[in-house]
Amino acid sequence: MGFRFDLLLFVITLLSVPVLSDLFLSKIDRRIDLTTQAVGITATLKVENAGSDLVSEVLLAFPDDQAKHLAYLTATNNEGKGKAKSSSVSFPVDVVRPKGMPPSLTFYSVSLPKGLGKGDSLTLDVLAVFAHALQPFPERISQADIQLVVFYETAHYLSPYAVKVQSLSVKLPDARIESFSKIENTKIHGSEIKYGPYENLPPFSYSPIAVHFEANQPFAIAQQLIREIEISHWGNVQVTEHYNLVHEGAQSKGEFSRLDYQARPHVRGASAIRHLVAKLPPRAHSIYYRDEIGNISTSKLWGDPKKTELVIEPRYPMFGGWRTAFTIGYGLPLQDFLFHLEGKRCLNISFGSPINELVVDTLIVKVVLPEGSTDISVSAPFPVKQGQETKFSHLDVVGRPVIVLEKTNVVPEHNQHFQVYYKFSSLSMFREPLMLISGFFFLFVACIIYMHADLSISKSSPSYLAKLQWDEVQAGVQQVRNIFDRCLTAHDKLEASLRDLSRTGDVQACKASWKAVDNLLKDLSKDLKPLLVSLQSSPQAAQILPKVEELIAKERELQEKLMVKHSTVVDSYEKKLSGREIENRVALQQQKITALRQEVDDLLDFIDEI
Amino acid sequence: MQRVPSYISRSVAGSYDNEAVAIFALIFTFYLYIKTLNTGSLFYATLNAISYFYMVCSWGGYTFIINLIPMHVLLCIVTGRYSSRLYIAYAPLVVLGTLLASLVPVVGFNAVMTSEHFASFLVFIIIHVVALVYYIKGILSPKMFKVAVTFVVSIGLVVCGAALAVLIALVASSPTKGWSGRSLSLLDPTYASKYIPIIASVSEHQPPTWPSYFMDINVLAFLVPAGIIACFLPLSDASSFVILYIVTSVYFSGVMVRLMLVLAPAACIMSGIALSAAFDVFTRSIKFQLPGATENFERDAGETSSNSVVAQNDVAKTEKNEDAVKERPSKKNRKKEKENVEKPSVKSQIKKKLLILPLEASIIAIFLLVLLGAFYVVHCVWAAAEAYSAPSIVLTSHSHDGLHVFDDFREAYAWLSHNTEVDDKVASWWDYGYQTTAMANRTVIVDNNTWNNTHIATVGTAMSSPEKAAWEIFNSLDVKYVLVVFGGLVGYPSDDINKFLWMVRIGGGVFPHIKEPDYLRDGQYRIDSQATPTMLNCLMYKLSYYRFVETDGKAFDRVRRTEIGKKYFKLTHFEEVFTTHHWMVRIYKLKPLKNRIRGRAKKSKSKASSTTSTKRIGMKKKNPWH
Repeated sequence: MGFRFDLLLFVITLLSVPVLSDLFLSKIDRRIDLTTQAVGITATLKVENAGSDLVSEVLLAFPDDQAKHLAYLTATNNEGKGKAKSSSVSFPVDVVRPKGMPPSLTFYSVSLPKGLGKGDSLTLDVLAVFAHALQPFPERISQADIQLVVFYETAHYLSPYAVKVQSLSVKLPDARIESFSKIENTKIHGSEIKYGPYENLPPFSYSPIAVHFEANQPFAIAQQLIREIEISHWGNVQVTEHYNLVHEGAQSKGEFSRLDYQARPHVRGASAIRHLVAKLPPRAHSIYYRDEIGNISTSKLWGDPKKTELVIEPRYPMFGGWRTAFTIGYGLPLQDFLFHLEGKRCLNISFGSPINELVVDTLIVKVVLPEGSTDISVSAPFPVKQGQETKFSHLDVVGRPVIVLEKTNVVPEHNQHFQVYYKFSSLSMFREPLMLISGFFFLFVACIIYMHADLSISKSSPSYLAKLQWDEVQAGVQQVRNIFDRCLTAHDKLEASLRDLSRTGDVQACKASWKAVDNLLKDLSKDLKPLLVSLQSSPQAAQILPKVEELIAKERELQEKLMVKHSTVVDSYEKKLSGREIENRVALQQQKITALRQEVDDLLDFIDEI
Repeated sequence: MQRVPSYISRSVAGSYDNEAVAIFALIFTFYLYIKTLNTGSLFYATLNAISYFYMVCSWGGYTFIINLIPMHVLLCIVTGRYSSRLYIAYAPLVVLGTLLASLVPVVGFNAVMTSEHFASFLVFIIIHVVALVYYIKGILSPKMFKVAVTFVVSIGLVVCGAALAVLIALVASSPTKGWSGRSLSLLDPTYASKYIPIIASVSEHQPPTWPSYFMDINVLAFLVPAGIIACFLPLSDASSFVILYIVTSVYFSGVMVRLMLVLAPAACIMSGIALSAAFDVFTRSIKFQLPGATENFERDAGETSSNSVVAQNDVAKTEKNEDAVKERPSKKNRKKEKENVEKPSVKSQIKKKLLILPLEASIIAIFLLVLLGAFYVVHCVWAAAEAYSAPSIVLTSHSHDGLHVFDDFREAYAWLSHNTEVDDKVASWWDYGYQTTAMANRTVIVDNNTWNNTHIATVGTAMSSPEKAAWEIFNSLDVKYVLVVFGGLVGYPSDDINKFLWMVRIGGGVFPHIKEPDYLRDGQYRIDSQATPTMLNCLMYKLSYYRFVETDGKAFDRVRRTEIGKKYFKLTHFEEVFTTHHWMVRIYKLKPLKNRIRGRAKKSKSKASSTTSTKRIGMKKKNPWH
């Protein structure tokens, strides 16, 4: 309770401070929403200028220990009676340190662009959201206990200006209220407590109140959340979110019994975090939910054209003080988030976490732009700390520019869109595929060159020479082989001409073909000679040479036999002998020829084997 | 081979193991050995030694290599197949391999000290003797040689006898005869269960069942005998090695389930040889008959005469083919091998008239063989998907409303990793050691690689002691959390209660006050009302069944299919801090001792002992109150 005591002291000091401005607040309505862990205080202030000078700023005061939990603050102009929010204009809000003010207060100044003239009045809607404003009390509970929290505020609006009429209403969750401060004009309506109205209060008036109530909603705090948004111009925005979650409600003490938790989940373990709901943008795809040891199988996903809802359960129910860490990731279609604006590209994407009612202590948003982006600028709807780094991914040369935005105390109200502008040439998209293609191309070219180049170190080493000779021999043998093939085809031609002869009886044609074949064979034997000589000269061919020579001899023989056969057949045709007689004459020769042909084939096969 | 289930069982992502690497190293070493044997190249011999080093680095099964290769060498020498190639293949492997192996910290001097390596050195000596004999034979005339042989043999026998006697005396002086427990259990399958419960407790070290053989090697089981026959047809150095390999690996796999892994590549090689031989025959007969239809008529006459020559050629060629076959299967690529075998045979096929089958029969046979192979692939994929792909850490069950996932292990490990202090120590049975280290990032007392038997026995003793004694043991080990696996709620059979007897045996092996019979009622292990009081009061029982009765009122254990013996009890020295969704993992924290109790205990103790100490303690106790 030392906290409250401090406040009282501090109120006493405050009362002695003089008023600095002629403004006064004619009417204040405050509504405090305690149903979620991020406490939202909406105050409607009617500001009037009683002095003669034009006033261009209105000061808002918060005690320091409240201000350090302040996560979000906006002041909008509430024009007219209707709640037409579209017409409201938000004013810039800055931290200021006016002189002569008490030291333990933090001031925010709302600048009014038009100024407030004499006698004018203005209605301001101030929304302040606090994280960590609800304190668990008692701080340690067992599994069976309910979670109670306490909230401190002032019943009188703390302001450097005099206040005429004010009222405060506190909205609590639908549950038991342990206790609340009863001061004058306190009323309770179900789950709503009303303080006021209080009239004609001096500046810096302060009346501390405390509300102690049951709050079983989970206090899920992400101590650190890193959102990485990676843009690929091939059509995808990949979002990866690393959560470091802790349940910051009342610490759990003593045993955790699964039995109790399973048997009476709403009594034993009412304040545990069972699941979290993430509202992802529509058309999100490839969604995953995992942690460092793999996929977490307890998640559900619904999708409709307006939104994608992901319900994730941590691996275990989280009691007060328990921690966990996990990662969710999803891909988004590029055209929904990236636009062209005056030659620049503009990424328009939400800043905060998609998980409902999550308070983030430190949020780091990293926007990874494609390699080669230039002229990068960021516009965010609230102040953030900016930095830049580079990230290396596959096939990157200079690295991708990464915009790092850092913000502490992030509440769901920060889920607004921010913009990143950059220039990027569409042609750079093709750089990486081209790199791959050219890489493989050069690899293959190198292979080709290697296969064709002679890389032997010494041109005179014996093994190299032997290899050269062997190559020569092989080439020579190959040529010999070719010649023999041609010889054999010539032989076949001869045979064919004989068959033609027996069919047509045209002796002249047969003779002509015999001559042609004869010439061809002579040419071939001429061709063969230099090859043979070269084979004889090389020592490597020693083992082949006898075979080759044998082959040549056999072939000669075969050739002669064929010629003889041919001439006998032709002769006998000229002599008009009968077919049977011719066959008789040739039969013996034919047998020899077949045998020889067989041997030649064998020899050729043998040479082939080498 | 990538598809053989017994290999997959070791290489799926869930339970990646160094065996997956080791099998490659094993096969590669064998391949290089045969390559050296065939070429006689020193280059390959060096490579062989290096790949042996790789194998030593990756797996303790390297002793298989260092015993199998000497066996083969010995076989070659005995059958008179000694050649300089054999020497080149073997000697550098032993010298370089042993040097390199002793560089590996785990092996160290074991590479020369233990009996597992003894065979290799013996054979090393023998091969040198044989090499010397052959050398002398080469330089001396036959007559001189005979004289020399009698001389050398007489001296050599004496020297060898002396050396052997010394060695045997040395080896016999050590209790396990220089063999490590695992190797002994290989040689004598009943050894482990008799002497070293810790080795026998691992399910992988049990002998496999017949269905598991069929499941794992399936079609290969029928192809292997065919492959052995094919190897015998022309028995070369290489094929004898392959035969030796398959025979030993079949034996080893019969002793331990785990060594199915060694059998898998051997079976693949053999059936690869069988298949390729079969394809060889069939394609040859087809090749002969298809082109033969047009050309053969002209040549038939001549061919009959030259047939005798061709037949001789055939023999030479088949031998060549066989050699090619032997080398390639080691590369584990059956398909490639088939193609390669077909290619060289194409040219000579035309003339091959031996072993010709009818065209239709061979086409059908080839078709059937391909079908067989295809079905085998289907079976392998099925086995891989059904039996081995499910990681042991995430369990699934099919129920009427779809797939149900039991992710309890990771739930518990995630809880440990996020909600305990970084330097807290976790005690559990060693099966979960690696998982806890890797997933929960916490220090464990024993893990899967704990070599110190006493460590494991200590944890086993703690688990089988009553609560207070266990608390003291754990406290002395600075343990903060105790993790037990309990399958009784959902029926997960491999939980700690089922492993508990091993804990008792291993603990009892080191700490004699833990006696196995105390936990057994009439030789039966039971946890129901008939169980012994020691059993019902031990820590494992209590941690597993704490508040279990409140789940269904009867405390019915679905694994043991019985109601538990002691239903209502409280823990005094431990508190439950986490239990997973299906109760599969339960984590308990050691309670700190209460001051008051401690003081009282000490007082009573010190009163009994001496008076001076009571005074001092009493002073100390009183001081804070003054």
